[in-house]
Amino acid sequence: MNQVMAPGAEAALPASEPHEGLLSWVASVDHKQIGIMYMLGALVFFGIGGIEALLMRIQLAVPNNHFLPPDAYNQLFTMHGTTMIFLVVMPMLTGFTIYLVPLMIGARDMAFPRLNALSFWIQIFGGIVLYFSFFDGGAPDNGWFSYAPLSENAFSSLPGQNYWLLGLAAIGIGSLSGAINVIVTVLDLRAPGMSLRRLPLFAWMAFVNSWLMVMALPVLNGAIVMLLIDRLLNGNFFTPASGGSALLWQHFFWAFGHPEVYIMILPAFGIISEVIPVFSGKPIFGYGFVAASTVAIAFLSLAVWGHHMFAVGLGHLSEVFFGAASMAIAVPTGVKIFNWSATMYGGRIRFTTSMMFAVGFLLMFTIGGLSGVSFAVVPLDWQLTDSYYLVAHLHYVLFGGSIFGIFAGIYYWFPKITGRMLSESWGKWHFWLTLIGFNMTFLIQHLLGMMGMPRRVWTYPALPDWAAFNLISTIGAFLLLLATLVFIWNLFISVQNGAPAGDNPWDAWTLEWATTSPPAVYNFDRVPPVHGRRPLWDLAHPEMADEAMERAARS
Amino acid sequence: MMSRSKLATSLFILSEANFFAILIIAYVYYHAIGGGGPTARNSLDPWRTGAFSVSLFASSVTMWLADRSLRRGRRRGHQLWLIVTMLLGAIFLVGQGTEYAHLILSGVTWSANLFGTTFFTLTGFHGLHVFAGLCALAIVTLVAQTGELTERRRQAFEAVGLYWHFVDGVWIVIFTIVYLWAFI
Repeated sequence: MNQVMAPGAEAALPASEPHEGLLSWVASVDHKQIGIMYMLGALVFFGIGGIEALLMRIQLAVPNNHFLPPDAYNQLFTMHGTTMIFLVVMPMLTGFTIYLVPLMIGARDMAFPRLNALSFWIQIFGGIVLYFSFFDGGAPDNGWFSYAPLSENAFSSLPGQNYWLLGLAAIGIGSLSGAINVIVTVLDLRAPGMSLRRLPLFAWMAFVNSWLMVMALPVLNGAIVMLLIDRLLNGNFFTPASGGSALLWQHFFWAFGHPEVYIMILPAFGIISEVIPVFSGKPIFGYGFVAASTVAIAFLSLAVWGHHMFAVGLGHLSEVFFGAASMAIAVPTGVKIFNWSATMYGGRIRFTTSMMFAVGFLLMFTIGGLSGVSFAVVPLDWQLTDSYYLVAHLHYVLFGGSIFGIFAGIYYWFPKITGRMLSESWGKWHFWLTLIGFNMTFLIQHLLGMMGMPRRVWTYPALPDWAAFNLISTIGAFLLLLATLVFIWNLFISVQNGAPAGDNPWDAWTLEWATTSPPAVYNFDRVPPVHGRRPLWDLAHPEMADEAMERAARS
Repeated sequence: MMSRSKLATSLFILSEANFFAILIIAYVYYHAIGGGGPTARNSLDPWRTGAFSVSLFASSVTMWLADRSLRRGRRRGHQLWLIVTMLLGAIFLVGQGTEYAHLILSGVTWSANLFGTTFFTLTGFHGLHVFAGLCALAIVTLVAQTGELTERRRQAFEAVGLYWHFVDGVWIVIFTIVYLWAFI
C-alpha cells in the first residue's frame, strides 16, 4: 500500500521522553493525553456545576422556600453559569479538538506540543482560582456576565469578584493560546493530499472556532483588565459616580459574549457532522455548504452582541440593526440543520447511542434556535428578557445543543480513546433519561417565563401554577442527575470491561480510525494516502472512491 | 508559506490587536466627557513624548536592518543591530517612565478621573508590551551570540522581529489618538 510519513515526523517529539505513573500525565506534552485531561477536568466541573444547579432547583421546588439563604443563591447561579460555560463546555470541546484534530489530519502532534500543555494547565489554574473564592469570603455573586456597576467595589466589596476576574483572565489566555495552536496545526501539519477542501468537518469547525476565539477572547480580557483596574486601583471605567459608563461594560462583555455562544456550539456542530454521516452510511450532504455556513456564522456572530442589550434602550437604529443581524444568523444555522437532515434522508441509519444523541441534538437545538429567533424580535425580547423563557432558551441551545453534541461525541470516540466500547444498553438508558429529564426541566420554563417569572430570583410567591410548574422542573433536574450517574457508571465499567473496540468499530472514514485504539504515542507509523474526504472509504472501496466517482458522474 | 513560528506570532499579534482595540475604544469613548480635572490637552507634552517616540520608530528601522543582516548571513551585523534596537526601545521606556513620574507628582493619576484611568491603562499596557519585547530581544541577542544559526533559530528571530514591529505600530496609533488628537 502506498503510504506516507506523518507530517512532523522528522523531529523527535518531546512526548517521547518516558515517564511513569502520575508524572506521565502531569509532565505530558502528548496531545492525546492533554485532550483526555481536558475532558476529565471538564467532567469534574460538570459534576460541580450540576450540584450547584440541583441546589438551586431544590430551593425553587416550592414557593417561599428557605432551603438556601438569598446570598448563597446568588453565588450559586453565578458559579453555575461561569462553571458550565468556561470550565465544562469550552474545555470539553477543546479536549475533543486537541485529541482529534492531529489524528484527523494525519499529524503526529500539535504544532507546539509544549504550548499545548501550557494552555491546559493555565486553564486548570484559572478554574482553581475561581473556586478558591469560596474560601475567601464567598464566591462571586454578580451573574456570569458580572454587570457593572454591581460588580464594582461599591456594591461588591468582597474579593469574590476579583477571583472571578483573575480566574477568567487565566482561562482566556489559556484558551487563546490553545486556539492559536489549533490554527497553526491545521494550516501546517496536514498529511499530503489533505487539502482544506478535504478536511474532516469536525476539524473545519474546530479551525473556524479557533479563529473566533482569537477575535473574541482578547475582548473579554480587555474588559476584565479594566474592571480589575477599577476594583484594585480605584479606576473610573465603569463607575457612574465618577463619569464611567455601565453601558460600556455591557457592550464589551457581549461583544465577547455572543461570539462565545458560538464558540460553545461550533465544535458540537462538528461532532454532529461526523456522527450523522457515519451512522447514516452516506457522505455528508453538501460538504461545501456545511463548511461555508460555519464561516458565515463566525462572521455574523461578531456583529449581533446588541441583542443581549435590547432592554437597555439602545435606540431605534441599533435595535433594528442588531435584530436583523440576529435573524440573519438563523439562515446559515438552518442550512446546517437541512444538510444534516438531508444526510439522514434515504440513508441506512444505525441507531447507536451516539446517533440517538445526534438526532436528539437536531431536535433540541432546533427548539432552542427557534426561541432564539423570537428574542431577535425586539418587542418580544422586551417582554421575555430576564425571565425563565430566556433560561429555557439558553439551556435548549447549550444543553440540548452543546451537551447533547458532546455526549454524541463521547459515545462515538470513546472506543478510539480507550480501546473499549461503551455499553450500548446503559447508553440507551442514559439517552432516554437525559432526553426526558432535560425536557421536563426546561420545556415548562418557557411557560413560567411567559407567565412572568423572573430569573435569578431567590424565591417566588405561590401564584397559580407556579408551584406545580417549578416542582415539575425540579423533578426533571433530578432525572438529569440520575441520567448523569448512569453515564458515569457506564464510563466506569466500560473503561475496565467494555468490549474491545478494534481500530474502526463504526466503519468510519476519517484518519483517526486508521490507527490503533488507543493510538500509539506517535499516532501513525504511516498515514494512508488521502485522495478524498473519506480516505478510509476510498481505501476499502477503491472501485467506488469518492472523487473518482464524482469525476465519472461529471463526464 | 509562512514559517510555523511566524504564523503563530501573526495570530498572537491579531489577538493583541483586538486587545488594544478595546483599550483604544474605551479611551475614545470617554474622550469627550468633561467634568473638570486633567485632560490630554492640559497635562500632556506632545513634543517631549514625540521626541521619545522617534526613538521607538527608529528601533523598527534598526530591527529591519538586523533582519536584513541575518538574511544576508552577516551575523555580526545582526547582533549589533539587535543591540541598537534594544537601546532605542529602552530610551523610549525611560521617556515614558519620566513622563509618568512627572504626571503623578502633579496629581494626574490613574484614579484622578476618566482621562487618568484610560490614559494610564492604554499607555501603560503599551509600555508593558515594549518591556516584554525588550525581554524577548535580550533573549534573542544572547542566543545569537552562541552556537550555529539553525533554521529553527532563524524562524524564532523573525518572529520576535515581527512582534517588535507590531509594538511599534500600535504606538503610532496610540500617539496619534492620545497626543496629537488633543492638540488639533
